[in-house]
Amino acid sequence: MKFESILIRYGEMAIKGKNRKYFERKLQDHLIKKLSQQFSYTRVKKQRDRMYVVLNGEDPHQVMNECQQVFGIHSLSFAVKVEKDEQLIKDAALFAFKDDPDAETFKVSSRRADKSFQIGSQDLNYKVGGHILANTDGVTVDVHNPDVEIKIEVRNDAAYITAKDYPGAGGFPVGTSGQSLLMLSGGIDSPVAGYLMMKRGVQLEAIHFHSPPFTSDRAKQKVLDLAGKLSKYCQRINVHIVPFTDLQQKIHQQIPEGYSMTVMRRMMLRISERIAAEREILSMTTGESLGQVASQTMESMNAINEVTNFPVLRPLAAMDKLDIIDISRKIDTYSISTLPYEDCCTIFVPKAPKTKPTRENASYYESNVDFSKELDEAVDQTQIIEIKHEKNFDSEFENLF
Amino acid sequence: MIYFDNSATTRPFPEVLEVFEKVADQYYANPSSPHTLGAEAERLMIQTRLKIAEQLEVNAHEIIFTSGGTEGNNLAIKGAALEHQNRGRHLITSSVEHPSVIEAFRGLEQLGFEVTYLDVDRYGCVDPADVEKAIRDDTILVSVMSVNNELGTVQPIKEIAKITSGYPKVYLHVDHVQGMGKVPLAMNEVPIDLLTLSGHKLHGLKGTGVLVVRDGIKLFPLFHGGGHEINLRSGTENLPGMVAFNKALRLVKEKEKGRVKELYNLRTELISKLKQMDEVVINSPKKGAPHIVNISVPGIKPEVMVHLLAESGIYISTKSACSSKHPDRSAVLQACGVEEEIMNSALRISLSYQNDLSEVDKFIEAFKRSINYLKR
Repeated sequence: MKFESILIRYGEMAIKGKNRKYFERKLQDHLIKKLSQQFSYTRVKKQRDRMYVVLNGEDPHQVMNECQQVFGIHSLSFAVKVEKDEQLIKDAALFAFKDDPDAETFKVSSRRADKSFQIGSQDLNYKVGGHILANTDGVTVDVHNPDVEIKIEVRNDAAYITAKDYPGAGGFPVGTSGQSLLMLSGGIDSPVAGYLMMKRGVQLEAIHFHSPPFTSDRAKQKVLDLAGKLSKYCQRINVHIVPFTDLQQKIHQQIPEGYSMTVMRRMMLRISERIAAEREILSMTTGESLGQVASQTMESMNAINEVTNFPVLRPLAAMDKLDIIDISRKIDTYSISTLPYEDCCTIFVPKAPKTKPTRENASYYESNVDFSKELDEAVDQTQIIEIKHEKNFDSEFENLF
Repeated sequence: MIYFDNSATTRPFPEVLEVFEKVADQYYANPSSPHTLGAEAERLMIQTRLKIAEQLEVNAHEIIFTSGGTEGNNLAIKGAALEHQNRGRHLITSSVEHPSVIEAFRGLEQLGFEVTYLDVDRYGCVDPADVEKAIRDDTILVSVMSVNNELGTVQPIKEIAKITSGYPKVYLHVDHVQGMGKVPLAMNEVPIDLLTLSGHKLHGLKGTGVLVVRDGIKLFPLFHGGGHEINLRSGTENLPGMVAFNKALRLVKEKEKGRVKELYNLRTELISKLKQMDEVVINSPKKGAPHIVNISVPGIKPEVMVHLLAESGIYISTKSACSSKHPDRSAVLQACGVEEEIMNSALRISLSYQNDLSEVDKFIEAFKRSINYLKR
């Protein structure tokens, strides 16, 4: 006896009316891409209002684990497929039930689509339930609040049995809510912000400001590694590496110290907007969280935001740092984020940045200096690096391993 | 030449030597240096650690590189004892461990720790029930090897781990130096806190090794310094050694997957032929690791036999050296409680994936000749 397939339920996505077809296609697409790398025998099938991953002999729990990381899935269950025979159905139900060793209560719900099958639904519930009770210890029936609901569907081709519900990652399939340009610094927050946006169905590109020799190659590599972790949810991410040294030095020299950070942020946002516009991306995403540091006060956000009228999405704005750290651990970015390399936000930091900058002052100081040449150069010389998700990646050192 | 002394050390795989040379030549920068060369070496180090972790089914940050088995055992045992002596000062090990374990415990006894040395059966096997009996409120560490280096006895590590996992204050250390690549031990299933591996026992290089330190386990370091290896083992990283270790581990695991049956066949063949010889007593258990056969030829000094066989290009060994008063005596066999003349005449034949059946035949022939010569 073995699991034949994994049944996928969409949850929130299912209510999306006309868009449903589009959502389903995206979801199927993601599943195929995710599974094809490691589990090449699996097939993802869509049948009316359901989706299945047919295992074709691949390890059920490993495939389940992968599927649980795809956004847009509400819950999943293993399915056993057997011939329409009473004993086979009983054995399959018992097998499926035992997948959850902690379950103490269950109920059986049968549906008989194939009316030529001689046992009625109620009767089948009773018979299968009895079989499970007889072959387990300390397990009871609870029709109201069971740990596991065993579902039996007798269809024309065969009988399908599912049991334990595995939780899915929730959200929407990546790409169904458009694109956003994630400002990825290398800290703890911005990868978490990116993750939350992807969960909401957003396809990301990332932008990083690199200031050699003040920031090292290690700092850049760190950002690429973070993008690599995020690409697990969306297969691939383009990372725009903006050469920021000249602009940053000019700001440092020409802008009063208290405003240098505000102006730097405004420059970053200007560059991001231009790159987003070029790529037909309609918004920016940042990891800002209210009150964390000087640049993230309400006044500061207001002063910085003045330079763009693209939406700047801040999914962490209202989150506590500890909750953000929890997510970063969950998505495995924490250990990379906490590597001690300086990024462009931590160098040239004024001793006392203004925590309450104003739009007027920022504009005034900027108006004394012509930054247009440096801005154009930064945008022109931006380099795009494509990060693909590869579980068993071929590293640059593969010949040494 | 017939090399049957693979438990002493193994011949490095050519691929291992090749990769060592390459890394030593091309990635010589210090991984801690801030410049690009250093960063490149660091990347190689990180990825090597990841590869080894994958193979051992543990997390990358649980891999601590050492100089080999002796260091790994010392770091695990002394490190755990010194770090957690406030919890208790009682330690448990078996009486048939490798000297790097036994002597580490003897050293701790001098510092005031109390050590229980568990008795073993005729074949050097620990009874898990004895472990449970020996655990006290102040016990902080149990250390048992997975495969005995003299006899090839496989210890019931799974059962012992089941017991120790019921005592949150008790760490379990396993010396897996002889087992890796021959006797599987699934780190993702068996709750082992500390695991020692050595590179040169798996066709890697001398001076390389790994101690697996599970997440959350604190040790007092043997070497203080620049804080390398998460502060557990300071000293500029031996990057070529690390990469060579990974290579050896990968190759030996491949061999284990495809050819461990052949190794068992060699052992079975060897034992059945030795059994037919009246002068020979088999000391290894019937069911043991596939690469170690321990025998005694009462009346013949083991060292003389080793020299005589070496004359015809056959290399085996006596027990590991341990007592100058009884230079021929095996402490392991003594702990097993065998007769005096058996423990004083033990020989160890240890195989590897580089040996074959024809070598077994040739060895038996030469061995018979040697016995006849010495018994004249």
